[in-house]
Parts: sequence; structure tokens; C-alpha cells
Amino acid sequence: MAGEQIAETGAVKAVRWAAVAVPATLAVWFLSMIPAVESAPIRVAWDWVPTMGVDLAFRVDGLGLLFALLITVIGTFIFLFSASYMKGYPASGRFTFILLAFMLSMLGVVTADNLILIFIFWELTSITSFLLIGTDFKNPEGRRAATQALVVTGGGGLALMAGMILLGEAAGTYSLTAILEAGSIAGHELYGGILVLVLIGAFTKSAQFPFHFWLPQAMAAPTPVSAYLHSATMVKAGVFLLARLHPVLSGTPEWEVTLTLFGGVTAVMASVVALRQTDLKKMLAYTTVMGLGTITLFLAGSGEAAVMAAVTFILVHALYKSALFMVAGTVDHEAYARDINRLGGLARAMPFTAAAAALAALSMGGLPPFIGFIGKELIYEGALEATFAAPFVIIMALAANAMMLGVGLILALDPFWLNRDRRPHLGHHGTVHEAPPSMWAGPVLLSLVGLGLGLFPGAASKWLIGPVTAAVYGEPVPVSLSLWHGINAPLMLSLLTFALGAVVFWMRNPIRRGVAGVLWAMPGSADDVYDAFLRGIHAMGRGFMRAFQNGSLVGYMWTLLAFTAAVLWATLIGTGALANVPMPSQLPDLFLYEWAVVGLIGAGSIVAVLAASRLLAIIALSGVGSGIALLYVFFGAPDVATTQLMVETLLVVLLALILLRLPGFRVTEKGWRRSGLLDGTLSVALGVAITVILMGVTAGTLDMVIPDFYAQRSVIDAHGRNIVNVILVDFRALDTMGEVTVIALAGLAAYALIKLRSDGDHDKIASAPVTAPEKNRETV
Amino acid sequence: MSATGWPLVLPIITPLLAASLAFGLRRWPLLQRSVSILGMAAMLLFTVQLLGLVADHGPQAVAVSTWTAPFGIVLVADLFSALLVVVAAFTGLVVALYAGAEVGRGRESHGFHPFLLILLAGAAGAFLTGDIFNLYVWFEILLMATFGLLVLGGEKVQIDGGVKYMALNMVATILLLTAIGLLYGMTGTLNMADLHIKVAEVDDPAMLTVIAVMFLLAFAIKAGLFPLFAWLPASYHTPPMVVSALFAALLTKIGVYSMIRVFTLIFTHDMAITHGALGILAVLTMVAGVLGAAAQTDMRRVLTFTVVSQIGFMLIGLALMTRMGLVGTVFYMLQDILVKVGLFLAGGIAVRYAANESAYGRLGGLWMNKLWLAVVFLIPAMALVGLPPVSGFWGKLALVRGALEAEAWILTGVALAASFVTLYVVGRLFVTVFWKPAPALTEAEAQARAAYAPTRGDMALMVPAVTAVAVVILGLGIFAEPVLALVDQAAQQLLDPTAYITAVLGPDAVPPAPTLIGGVR
Repeated sequence: MAGEQIAETGAVKAVRWAAVAVPATLAVWFLSMIPAVESAPIRVAWDWVPTMGVDLAFRVDGLGLLFALLITVIGTFIFLFSASYMKGYPASGRFTFILLAFMLSMLGVVTADNLILIFIFWELTSITSFLLIGTDFKNPEGRRAATQALVVTGGGGLALMAGMILLGEAAGTYSLTAILEAGSIAGHELYGGILVLVLIGAFTKSAQFPFHFWLPQAMAAPTPVSAYLHSATMVKAGVFLLARLHPVLSGTPEWEVTLTLFGGVTAVMASVVALRQTDLKKMLAYTTVMGLGTITLFLAGSGEAAVMAAVTFILVHALYKSALFMVAGTVDHEAYARDINRLGGLARAMPFTAAAAALAALSMGGLPPFIGFIGKELIYEGALEATFAAPFVIIMALAANAMMLGVGLILALDPFWLNRDRRPHLGHHGTVHEAPPSMWAGPVLLSLVGLGLGLFPGAASKWLIGPVTAAVYGEPVPVSLSLWHGINAPLMLSLLTFALGAVVFWMRNPIRRGVAGVLWAMPGSADDVYDAFLRGIHAMGRGFMRAFQNGSLVGYMWTLLAFTAAVLWATLIGTGALANVPMPSQLPDLFLYEWAVVGLIGAGSIVAVLAASRLLAIIALSGVGSGIALLYVFFGAPDVATTQLMVETLLVVLLALILLRLPGFRVTEKGWRRSGLLDGTLSVALGVAITVILMGVTAGTLDMVIPDFYAQRSVIDAHGRNIVNVILVDFRALDTMGEVTVIALAGLAAYALIKLRSDGDHDKIASAPVTAPEKNRETV
Repeated sequence: MSATGWPLVLPIITPLLAASLAFGLRRWPLLQRSVSILGMAAMLLFTVQLLGLVADHGPQAVAVSTWTAPFGIVLVADLFSALLVVVAAFTGLVVALYAGAEVGRGRESHGFHPFLLILLAGAAGAFLTGDIFNLYVWFEILLMATFGLLVLGGEKVQIDGGVKYMALNMVATILLLTAIGLLYGMTGTLNMADLHIKVAEVDDPAMLTVIAVMFLLAFAIKAGLFPLFAWLPASYHTPPMVVSALFAALLTKIGVYSMIRVFTLIFTHDMAITHGALGILAVLTMVAGVLGAAAQTDMRRVLTFTVVSQIGFMLIGLALMTRMGLVGTVFYMLQDILVKVGLFLAGGIAVRYAANESAYGRLGGLWMNKLWLAVVFLIPAMALVGLPPVSGFWGKLALVRGALEAEAWILTGVALAASFVTLYVVGRLFVTVFWKPAPALTEAEAQARAAYAPTRGDMALMVPAVTAVAVVILGLGIFAEPVLALVDQAAQQLLDPTAYITAVLGPDAVPPAPTLIGGVR
């Protein structure tokens, strides 16, 4: 539903209409490939990123071509539909570009001949579909649906990436053609991991239970997006991948059981929930999930019939589903409603739309002579041949098909032919017009194609289904579709389906109430689980913040030093280094003044730990620093001592300046004692560790090559008698230049801190100060 | 100094000279800004020249003040270093350009440009030095320069962040200095190529491992690894966005660079411990970063935490010590510098439209009229998650592939899970900044917002700066091969440092290559 109508420029309109040419041209191009592909896949390749084994290789075989045709042919009608439908939408030009980008990404997925390239296009469809689902960005539901689709399909994409890399490793190449030629990798030790990762990718994309929830939510997007993403493209990428890798991964109990269970559960769950819906788009969304489940169910098998059923159903589903979505959009656009309880009697006002709806819904319901009928027969044929849990598969298929017919009848009849009394309440004060031809052309033509393929099944099997089945099955399969197979088990099941479907339609209102009651009684939906999952991540994040990033410098310092001490002690003990350290048996032999300096350093350290005021702590620390400077003097390095004193002094000044600008230092006496004790313990742990390491290092002999070199060359080459001086200004002059820079920087920082303050003098800093003051202080 | 030494020296002294000049010109803001921008441009030119030299002729070294290694200090450039200085210089240029629209006259005339230029000189020095003590000196320069930038302006929140930054980083400084002293005590040398040879001869390899762990801890603080990272989220959101951008892009990377250098060139004698510890820290850091990011509802803080998680990510390859892993690490690191600049600067523009408020509740509504901004934000955002077709994808692919090839299942699993949360966090951020409607404003708030919004003059600086970053990130994604091929060679040089050592010490010094025992599993 268009939000606000805004005036649009001719350019935007031109973009929308001109864009139709892109899929149309591509469709013609792909159609022209049909004869060639029938004999052998078309392949082209260019170098791209050889370092990572990724080339721009493309391959059009039966499977790729079927999807490419669905994407471009249906795409043409979608763009046509969109050109009218999106009139007045904000930024519809931008929308058109994103839709084009999405279409090209989809084409990339179905034609790429390199595992990583497939993945790249796969992710591009996730990103572009995120932007498309969020087209109605002013609506909170639209934003939520877009994020959800991104998280679910993007998350699945991550698993797929790992799966593709592992598959590449198992096969020794990323080239799809080479992998398909090599055949099944079921015997490889990585098979289990590859299967799980690839299936997560495919199931999230194709909305299989329990990842199905994002698809109905994504109905918040405008209809062209829903129609495109959920008929021929986005969600079909998952089943495409399953079909694509069928020759490589299928044929094992793991594959068969997983796909049967997930596909079957998805199909039946979705068709039940579809009956509950009254919103046309939601109803279609759940039937889409049902369709995807059915396809997955039949890709589980490795027999010819199952594969043929799956690929035929892919085609059938894409045709009727895109038509029905566009019908729903047209009804919404013209009648200003898409709730089944409000719609009725539109057939006279919207004859073309009603006809398209009827044709498409009959194909969906699987009635002859539509291609849908053939699809359904194949499904029963496949189900009867299933090697794993055949009764389960048959019942699943029967239930899903019957409910599908019921839904099809509801969609075809309720809005258009029944409930005529509702007609005056629809549209603009009761006037409802047929949509422009650009909007009904697609549904009418696509559903006619469904009829045509049903009437001439020979063409469909020769040009489309045959090559596709061969591609999925891994070798040529004799395919001959026909409407009449004689009186056999599939036909009986079909007749049973019609009866059950009619009952479902007849009982639709009680069923709807019943399902609603059951759903209401359920403790929570998958959508709730998604919310709970995100809440969990947020809660963990907040807990993490409280523990590790709570704004307290003392806490940070503690974490830092305690971790350091712990790791050092662990390494000392773990490596056995501690055992090698020689322990002194007596006190060192020092002069009295040396003891005095040691005492000064020790006392300074203790006072610094126990000080109750910051200033005292700083002074005590500077005492430690001065003591160390004295040690330098004793050991004949007055230059170093001078530097140490200078830095020490500057640091004290700088720290004092900063501390003056901090809030007061308040602790209770008890808290202070306890923290003093803890701090002292930590200091000792760290200090002793460093001392032990130092003792271990000094126990070895110092390699004297470099000191000897300095001693010999100082006078001769560097013309200086004080070696320390020469080291500082000549041998290692670059260090000294660096240290000079440090001191200059410290001075500059101090100067700026004093001169440039924010208090009451904002203009000094800038016309645009940095942050909203105080609000950004570091708190959780 | 011989004529051949200049290519190594110029990337360092150019910004230093420009800094002096900028300081002298501080009363003439436009002139000073021009010097800053031109200085960065010249630096970029020289670094590209250096990269060309290294790519064509292998690692280059020069003895500063002609005291040959191991007696004097050498500057060395292998491909890893050369690639990094190019990206750093590009970052410096972008930041200098953008700064004119962001930091204000007061900061500019009180040392912003000298701090910025010296920071870049410090980064180049750290990347190019071949001497472990000299590396420490560059770290000190970096520390003071960043501190200056952090507190410049003297807002209370800046001082709060500055003190935490300084205090926690001082621990790293002291730890590093201690470790260097101890290592010298064991080996008698400070030259890193010489150290490669001498560590093989020490009497007490166990104690050498302890010292290696001390280096690991010191660099882990600098790189912002969990649980030593607290200084980073405590300070990065406080200065102007352009300063945060610079920090996020470069600072932690210098810590990561040092780790990579030291744990490929010097400490490979007990990888079960050192590289095993790196693997554990990488896992913890990825988790910590994404959890922190998920908890935030303020753009600056969200972006800040993504810095942390990405550091964990890029360490995977170092922990693995395999060719593919190191390709991932080096490429990821290079592109992450650009991604961080791009995100913080584009985010900085978005924030300007919200009167410099970055809380989620205050942002929104930029999708309709700021399409350019959305695009230049989306490109680095996609790279952050590792989505194709931008640069981050190749880095992530190489890292995950490296981890899977090494059968490092835990590293892979955590990396993918962290990517997943990052995807959610970034998706939410994009939705908040662009799609969500802007909050309802009072008259006064609307006026304030109008006053903060970038002027035409501001945009003249911001648009080229941010667009350039986005173009490079996209370009690195689509035309990845030339850079990946260089990175592949860089990884090879890291795994087998013979060429590096030959460049520093001459062909006779090289011992037979050690057999590397694989990293963590």
C-alpha cells in the first residue's frame, strides 16, 4: 500500500519503465540458449582472484537455465507490474535499481560455476533483499522484517560459506563443473560437516522449518518485491542449491532423512497455517513456505521420479505463485483491501485479474489440464517410490495438496465471485476499476503459460523438465510428461485430493477458527524464539558490560594487572622456567647509600599503595622515580638519570593538572583498608614475578658482542669518550630523536590542556564542540 | 646514508617535518591545514614508492646514521610493512582532509595538526623499524600524540577518557620496556633480525617463553585484546569523530602489527604456548567485542566495540601460523584500517545532522535525502561484516578458509558466530541511522541541529575524504587480486623471514630456516 503519495519526476518514471527492458532482454537471451543447453552445458570463465581460487566462471545447464528463465521471464512481468504499482512510492527510482541488482545477483547464483562465486551472489541476494524488504522503511514492521530477513538468511549464509569451503577442500577444487563430474562425496570424512552447513544455508534461505518465520514477515514489503522474492527468486535459491548439489551430496540416509523430515514438516505446518490467514499476501506467503517444503521433501529422494517431481513443481510453483502475488497486489491497489473477510464480488469490475486468479489458483490446486495437475501426479508418483518413510511422505503430500486446493479455491472464488454484498465497501467510495494492463498482463500471461504447458506437456518435458532432471539427477533421464497416465495409484490419490480439497474449501470458516484456536494455544511461535534469541544476546552484552566495562578505572586497572600477573605466573610455572631460576641464599652486599635508595623506592611504593589522596600517591610515586634516577647515577649513567628526572617531573605536572579536573576521591576507611590490602597483594604478586624473571635472565651470561663494539668504536669512529652519550646521540640517535619528540609532545599536550578548556569558553574550541557534554560519559 | 636509504626514511621524516612546519604556522589556520594535507599527500606518495621498491626488489633495509646492524638502528621494509605504511598514509590524508570540517579552529590552533602528523610519523616508524627498542620509542611517540589528540579541547568527558587511556596504556609501555630489557639480557641484541638468530641460541628457552608472553601481554594491551582492552571503549567515543576514526583505524593495528612481527620473526620456538595463547585471546576478543557492541545503543560506542571484535578476528591467522591464515590476517588488517576510517567518518557526518548526538534515539531519517551518505556508510559496513563484494569479504574468506584448512574448529565456529552477531549489530545500526524516522524535535532542538549540520564548506572536505575511502574499499573487493597477490607474498615473507634477515644482516647471517610446528588447533 503506497504510504504518502508524492509528486514524482519524469526521470523516476522513466527509470521504472525502462528497467523492464533489462529482464526482457535477458529473457530472450536465455530462451535462445535452450537448444544449445539441451545437448551440453554452456560454460564461460574469466580469471578473477586466482590467489583464492575464485574465477568468474559461469555455467548454464538445464537446472541453471530453468531458474534463469524463471528469474528473467517472471522478472519481466514483475518489472512491468512494478512500473505501475510503485507510482507515488518514495524513491521508486532507487527501488528499481535495487530490484535490478537483486535480479542480477539471483542470475549469478543460478549460473555461477565456482562454489565461492555462488556464495558471493548468494550473499548479494541477502543484502539486496534486505534493502527491498525495507522499501517501506517508514513502517516499523517493514524495518523489523528487513532486519529479520537479513539476520536469518545472512546467518545461514555464514554456515554456507564454511560449507562451501569444506566442500571445496573435500573435492580439491571450487569448480562446480569439476565437482559435479567427480560425483558424490558421501564417503569423505568431511561429508557430515559439509551437509549440515550447506543445509543450514539452504534451509534458512528457503524458509524451511524452523527458519520459516522470516518469509511471512517479509510480506511487509511492497507487492512487486513479495511477488518476485517469493515465487521465482530469493526463497528458491535454497532449493536451487539443494538441487544443484544433489548429485554431490544426496543418496545417503543423512540427506534423505533430514530433507524428508524438514521438508515434510514445513509443508504440512505451512499449509495448515495458510488456512488460518485472511490476508491475501500472508496466505500466499504460507503457501509459498508449503511449496518450498514440498520441493525439499522430494529433493530428499534420489530416484528419478522424486527428482522429476521436485523440478516440475519448482516450475509449476513459480508460475502460479508469481501470478497470484501480483493478483493480490492488484486487488490491494484497486480495492484498497486485501483481507479475505472484506473482499468480495470483484469479478465484474476486475475481469482480467479475476481470470488470472482463477487460472493460477486452479493450477495451484492441481486441477487438469493445468501444469499443476501434472506436477501433482508426479508428486504422488515420487511419493509412492520414496525409499524412506514412504507412508509419511504420501500422507504429507496428500495433506499438503488437499489444503493447497482448498486455499486455491478460496483465492480464486472468495474475492472475485462470492460475497457480492461486500463490493460497495471496496475501492474509492465503492468504485473499483480494473488495473492498468501493465499490472494484469503478467498474471494473465503467466497463468496462461501454466495452462499451455499443461496442454502441451511434450514441449515442456523436451525443453525444460528433461534437461533439468538430468542436471539434478546427474545423468540423462527419460522424461515424458502427460496429463493422462491411465488409471493408476497417482490418479486415485489425485481424486482423493480433489474430494478433500473441496471439503477444505467448504469448511473454510470452521477450519480457520479451529487453526486460530490451536495457534493461540501454542506457547510461542518461531518468531517469538527469534525475539527471545536477540533479547538473549542483548542481555549477555549488558552483563558483559557490567562485568568488564563499567566505567571504573580502578576496576580496569585491576583486571589488567591481575590478568598480567596470573598469566606471567602461569607461564613461569607451566614452562618450568621458575625451576631454573637460581634463588639467592643471602642478602646482597650493598653500600649504605644504596640501601637508602632501595628504602626510598620501597617506602614510596608502599605509600603510593596506601595513600588516601591522589596527590599523596603521585608524590610518593615521584619519590620512586627519583630513587630510580639515583640508581642510574650510581651505575654511571647521569644522562639517563637526567632524562628520567625530566620525564618524571613532566609526568607529575601533567597528572596533577588532570587530577585537578576529576571529581573528588571518596572512599570509606574500611573500603580503603580492604582495597589497600588487595592492591598491595597484587603489586607484590606482579613485582615478585618480574623480579624472578629478572633473576633468571641475569643468571645467564650476557652476549657482549654489541657492548664490546660500542666500547671499541666509541672513541675511534664516534669521537666521544662517554659511551652512554655516544649511544644516545650517535649509535642509537634515532631513539633519542624519538624521545625528544615525546617530550615535545608532552609539553604541547600540557600547553593545550591549560590553554584550551571547555569551561565557559566554548567558542575557543570550535564552532562545533565534540559531544553532547556529560551524556557521553562512560557508563553502561 | 646512502642514496638507497631515502625511500625508507622519507615516510617517517615527511610527516615529522610537516608537523614542525604546522606548529610554526598555527596562527594561520588555512595555511597550517594545507601543510598538513600536503604533508600527508607527500607521505602517501613516498610510501607508494617504497611499496613499489619492495614489491620489485624484495625487503629493503637502511642503517640509520650508517651504524650497521646489529650495532645501530635499522629501518626495514618487507611487503607487510610497506603495505601497512601505504594504508596508514592514505588514512592520514583522509583524516587531515576531513578534520578541517570537524575539529574547529580552537583545536587546530592548539596543536591538532602537529599531533596528527606526529602520530602518522609514529605509525610509519613503528611499521618500519627493525629494532625492538626503537619500536618501543615509536610506541611512546604514538602514546603522547594520541593522548594530545584525545584531550585536546579539554571537555570533561575527554579528560575522563584520556586519563583511562593513558593510565592503562602506561602498563603496556612499562611491560614492553621491561620485556625488551629482559630480552636484551638474554640475547645481547635489540635488532629484530639478529634476535631471530640469537633466540635460537639462548640457554634457557623456558625463560624465553616467559619473556615472549610478556611481549604478548604488552602488545595485547596496545591491540585492545580482551581482557586487556578496557582503555579502548573507555576513550574512543570521547574526542571528535575524526579523531576516533584515526584511532580506531590505526592505533590497535600497530599493536597487532607488533604482535605479528614479533611472533613470526622472533618467538617461534614454542608456538604451542605463544600462538596457543594468541588463539585463546582471539576467541575471547571476538566474543567480547560483539557482546559489547550488541549491548550498546549509541553509534559511537557500537562502532568502538566493533574495533575490539575485529582485532580478535584478524589474529586468527597469526594463531594458525599458516600461509592462508596469514594471508587472511594481513589482508583483513589492511582493509580493516580503511573500514574503520570509513565507518567513523560516515558516521561522523550522520551524527552532525543530529547535533553531534549519537544515541540511537536521537538518530534517524537520513535514507530519503542523504543517499550518498547511505552508500558510503553501507560500503564499509558491509566490509565490517565481511560481505561481498567489498574488501572485508576476501579477508574473512581467507581467515575462515585458513582456520578450516588447519581444522581449527573452535576458532572457525567462534569467528562465524561473531560475524553473525556483527551482521545483526550492523543491520540494526543501518536501520537506525537511515530508515528509522528522526525523533520529533522541539523548535530549539531543530535550530541546534541546523547549526551543527555540515555547511557547504564542510561538505567540500568531507565528501571527497569519505568517498575516497568507500571507493577504495569497494575497489579492493572487486579488484582484489593484485593486492591479494602482494599479501600472499607478504605472508610468505612472514613465514620464511630469510629475505628480511638478508636485507638487514647480509646473506651470510641467515641460519637454516627453522621447522615450524603448526599453531593452535
